[in-house]
Amino acid sequence: MKFTYFPGCSLKGSGRAYEESLFVVCKQLGVELEELDDWNCCGATAYMAVSERQAFGLAARNLALAEQKPHELIAPCSACYMVLKKTQKYVAEYPKIGQEVHEALKRGGLNYAGTAKIRHPLDVLVNDIGLDAIKKQVKNPLKGFKVAPYYGCQIVRPYADFDDQHDPVLMDKLFKALGAEVVKYPLKTRCCGGSLTGTLPEAGLGLSFHILREAQRRGANVLATVCPLCQFNLDAYQRDMSNKFEPVHMPIVYFTQLMGLAFGLDAKTLGLQRGIISIEPLLKKQEVVA
Amino acid sequence: MTTIRQTIKYDAERDRNFPKEIMSRHGCEKLYGCIQCGTCSATCPVSSYMDHTPRQLMALTRAGFKKEVLSSLTIWLCASCYACTVDCPKEIKITDIMYALKRHAIEEGVYPKRFPIPILAREFFKMVKNRGRVTENELAVRMFLQSNWFAMVSTWRLGLNLMRTGRFSMKPESMDRPEKLASLFQGGPR
Repeated sequence: MKFTYFPGCSLKGSGRAYEESLFVVCKQLGVELEELDDWNCCGATAYMAVSERQAFGLAARNLALAEQKPHELIAPCSACYMVLKKTQKYVAEYPKIGQEVHEALKRGGLNYAGTAKIRHPLDVLVNDIGLDAIKKQVKNPLKGFKVAPYYGCQIVRPYADFDDQHDPVLMDKLFKALGAEVVKYPLKTRCCGGSLTGTLPEAGLGLSFHILREAQRRGANVLATVCPLCQFNLDAYQRDMSNKFEPVHMPIVYFTQLMGLAFGLDAKTLGLQRGIISIEPLLKKQEVVA
Repeated sequence: MTTIRQTIKYDAERDRNFPKEIMSRHGCEKLYGCIQCGTCSATCPVSSYMDHTPRQLMALTRAGFKKEVLSSLTIWLCASCYACTVDCPKEIKITDIMYALKRHAIEEGVYPKRFPIPILAREFFKMVKNRGRVTENELAVRMFLQSNWFAMVSTWRLGLNLMRTGRFSMKPESMDRPEKLASLFQGGPR
């Protein structure tokens, strides 16, 4: 099975552990990823605040490039995933946006037909590859892992069609299949603060803090995410949150990193050393349990 | 010193074109369907930090309180999590309305000066235009320099942590040929 891979800026920057773990886990499961040639930034949440026309054009260029390949497009970052999905929908539903986007792309020698299929790796791995195939790869069940499955906002809202918008369950099922315990986590789709944590910590830090405190209260010892910005906010600012509110301490991992650990892959090839809050103590504890 | 401000408006002071302008933007068509139920304010994770809740902002926009709306911090605090858009019983795309208001505020230059969020949006825009991709740490530095360079000093530990864990980009990220994007930028931001 082969997919075209749209990394987005974060997976080449602060979220590179997501890319690293996604690639080795996909390889293990026989999924091939080919990076989209000379892709551009999806526009994230910031570009739309300045220019709507250009924001849709930028995202649509990636879709036009993806359509040149016979494979579906995989976008791991929640913001990229949401923006690409939204662009596809708005270009199709609003004639004026469609016309402007098509004209701009045409001037650049591209054609966008609207047929690109945009997928999230969580959807692909759990629904296409399937939990049975995943279970077959588990060599090192995640005993002692109590995971808070944190989906964040833009993967399920408002356009995702592969899981429930208010109570998504794909990660819950996945981690159980990997041998981990999944804690009941009602904040699973609450916003982490997005870029606010960096721009306006007075507001953003509080949002991230509530996510972590709730995970802690529910007895989780690790929080898993599908989004590079969620990972960054929840991982990199724990010291600031602890100083401002009350102590929080929890390693924050990508769902692909947990898959890789269960597959018995080396922690370093999964980028686990890139966590600012170290996962080492949990790994040591797991060895004792196993 | 106590400043006395007019807190109630005369009908003639309303800008009746403003709601029409906003409603002409994509995704904002259903503004007049708002029943002021407050679901958006309740579901919004940031409303406790806003000067006007999303429900109030919908009412102010619809009533033509242009200046109050465009200078409100609310539009910049919206983190685009789409909770309100999904939960609105009248299917109003509140997130899209927030985006339309942000663009309107930038076009009219009425956003708060040295306020980091619109600065980030503008710098993000410039960076993507020039290189096609974003270098996160460089973007953060540019934002801090134009808003509050002192705040950057307090993030030294974060910078070190990112370097220690190999998550800091030492060289700018760029497309091989960013000039390929030129056709998308013709005709200006609007």
